[in-house]
Amino acid sequence: MYGIPEFRLPKTIVQQEIEGLKEMGVEIECNTVIGRSQTVDELFEEGYEAVFIGSGAGLPNFMNLSGENLKGVYSANEFLTRCNLMKAYQKGGDTPLQRAKRAVIVGGGNVAMDAARCAKRLGVGHVYIVYRRSMEELPARKEEVEHAMEEGIEFLLLRNPIRVLGNEEGWIRGVECVEMELGEPDESGRCRPVEKNGSNFVLEADCMIMAIGTSPNPLIRSTTEGLETNRKGCLVCDEQGRTTREGVFAGGDAVSGAATVILAMGAGKTAAKAIDEYIKNKQ
Amino acid sequence: MYRILRKQRLNPTVTRMVIDAPKVARKAQAGQFVILRVKEDGERIPLTIADYDAMAGTVTIIYQIVGATTMLLDRLEQGDAILDFVGPLGRPSEVKHLHKVCVIGGGVGCAIAYPTAKALHENGAEVTLISGFRNKDLVILQEEFQAVSKTCHLVSDDGSTGKKGLVTDVLKELIEQGESFDEVIAIGPLVMMKFVCLLTKQYSIKTIVSMNPIMIDGTGMCGCCRLSVGGEMKFACVDGPDFDGHAVDFDEAISRSSTYREHERKAREEACNLFHKEVAS
Ligand SMILES: Cc1cc2nc3c(=O)[nH]c(=O)nc-3n(C[C@H](O)[C@H](O)[C@H](O)COP(=O)(O)OP(=O)(O)OC[C@H]3O[C@@H](n4cnc5c(N)ncnc54)[C@H](O)[C@@H]3O)c2cc1C
Ligand SMILES: Cc1cc2nc3c(=O)[nH]c(=O)nc-3n(C[C@H](O)[C@H](O)[C@H](O)COP(=O)(O)OP(=O)(O)OC[C@H]3O[C@@H](n4cnc5c(N)ncnc54)[C@H](O)[C@@H]3O)c2cc1C
Ligand code: FES
Repeated sequence: MYGIPEFRLPKTIVQQEIEGLKEMGVEIECNTVIGRSQTVDELFEEGYEAVFIGSGAGLPNFMNLSGENLKGVYSANEFLTRCNLMKAYQKGGDTPLQRAKRAVIVGGGNVAMDAARCAKRLGVGHVYIVYRRSMEELPARKEEVEHAMEEGIEFLLLRNPIRVLGNEEGWIRGVECVEMELGEPDESGRCRPVEKNGSNFVLEADCMIMAIGTSPNPLIRSTTEGLETNRKGCLVCDEQGRTTREGVFAGGDAVSGAATVILAMGAGKTAAKAIDEYIKNKQ
Repeated sequence: MYRILRKQRLNPTVTRMVIDAPKVARKAQAGQFVILRVKEDGERIPLTIADYDAMAGTVTIIYQIVGATTMLLDRLEQGDAILDFVGPLGRPSEVKHLHKVCVIGGGVGCAIAYPTAKALHENGAEVTLISGFRNKDLVILQEEFQAVSKTCHLVSDDGSTGKKGLVTDVLKELIEQGESFDEVIAIGPLVMMKFVCLLTKQYSIKTIVSMNPIMIDGTGMCGCCRLSVGGEMKFACVDGPDFDGHAVDFDEAISRSSTYREHERKAREEACNLFHKEVAS
């Protein structure tokens, strides 16, 4: 509910899905953070026989640039949360969002497109997408890129930020970028971008949004014994959604890393079958 | 919904509420906080767990009325309920390894310092307490502080209560008199914490500060609570709120805390106007 903008996935649809679940008798406990309010072990102690973890990949990545903590620099998560979930776009919403004139979005995925379009719709005059590879490699879906272009988002491809510049009051005033060229393919098969020496330039901006991916939140894995994770912090599961701990299942972004709603829903269904089997066989 | 069991005004702008929140109370430890939302579409604000009673299932919050949301919260009375109340969040303060500690509270920061001082006291540590306020009307929690400390010092900016001066004056005096502390724990305005740290650095006394940057989710999701500690980026909500004060970049934190100053001023004025209209009509 927090990330995907209304124009992509209307909240009423999500709400209908939730109502459907409630009608089927699913109890929803809000205001509970697993790992803090309660642990997975305590859920078992309470008598639950299986636990499914679908905690998503919510931790925003930053680039560790100098000036990244200046005012006016946001993670896409923060920007989209303020804008979508907390309705900073409405008058009367209590959550503030800065009114910017020139916004730089870093990244080339769907999240970057969403952030760019949200910024544009909030009335930001110039919205730039800075991506270090070329149009070919842009990971966002093609339609998303087209929509973004239609809405007047300006694409600065083969560019990479190297430093955020600030003014005396600690606000961002620009982003120093460098031009890139594509070199040899790396292990992912995509051409590796390399900096062009001496091609530095400054892009004036009063807002910067980092949309360079997320990683899974360590809260559950760090408070639950026996849950293995991979190098990226994603939970390790088999095809049925079984984690390395008995009775604990998982799916969605928490397992795959940031992916899609459809994949997450599929993983949920598969795991539901496995959970059903697991509980039946136990008896 | 989370019912307000008791409400008590501690000074003209600071209020204490005891909230019925058994799940939070069961898990709470000193140094942790909750995030609450008063109404649908309202802002989510973090408040420290000022006290808790796991048996009774209650959590105490102490808040200063500074803006729109705390104003809205303060309009609720005993018997009313808060919409959302999530916690406990953040890492608990580390108190077990300490024997002799100086706890410093500045202003409403005393509400955050109190549970830590209490936990230290309950763990058998000797606590020296220094609390500072702008003037005598703003003093809070003195009885509570006395109950959990060996010595308790009070200072005010204008000398209207306690000694005239700053918390750093008292700390310096104690150190010069030969007092030694395993650790200093300072909680209050950023500027106060910064100056405590500058002082303790001279004497090489480890200093822990509690950082209260603007937060949204309090679970590591948004990154808006980020700060630089020892040159690394940390998220106060999951890596803190307690940090090694000598490693914190206070100037950056002070700058970031002013991000929404203009918006907050407007929201506060609007809230004031709205409440006045309601009262008038
Ligand atoms: C801006 C944006 C745009 C996107 N656009 C699209 C799109 O157009 N199409 C598409 O298919 N996908 C899109 N995605 C990706 C999609 O949102 C995710 O792949 C999908 O939501 C993953 O589902 P999930 O159930 O695994 O996790 P999530 O939907 O992330 O849900 C995880 C839930 O777990 C909760 N949680 C986390 N930790 C805890 C804890 N410790 N205790 C209790 N609860 C916890 C979180 O609060 C959250 O509600 C987008 C993502 C973003 C950020
Ligand atoms: C971990 C933590 C613990 C805290 N504990 C206490 C406490 O025990 N008692 C207490 O009185 N205050 C506490 N605060 C501060 C409290 O959250 C803010 O005073 C409150 O959010 C103000 O909201 P407002 O709408 O009334 O005021 P606003 O007008 O919105 O803001 C006034 C001031 O509060 C700060 N602030 C605003 N929104 C937030 C936010 N979402 N998160 C953090 N700070 C914000 C701003 O920097 C500003 O200086 C704590 C903050 C944090 C991060
Ligand atoms: S409050 Fe969002 S990451 Fe800390």
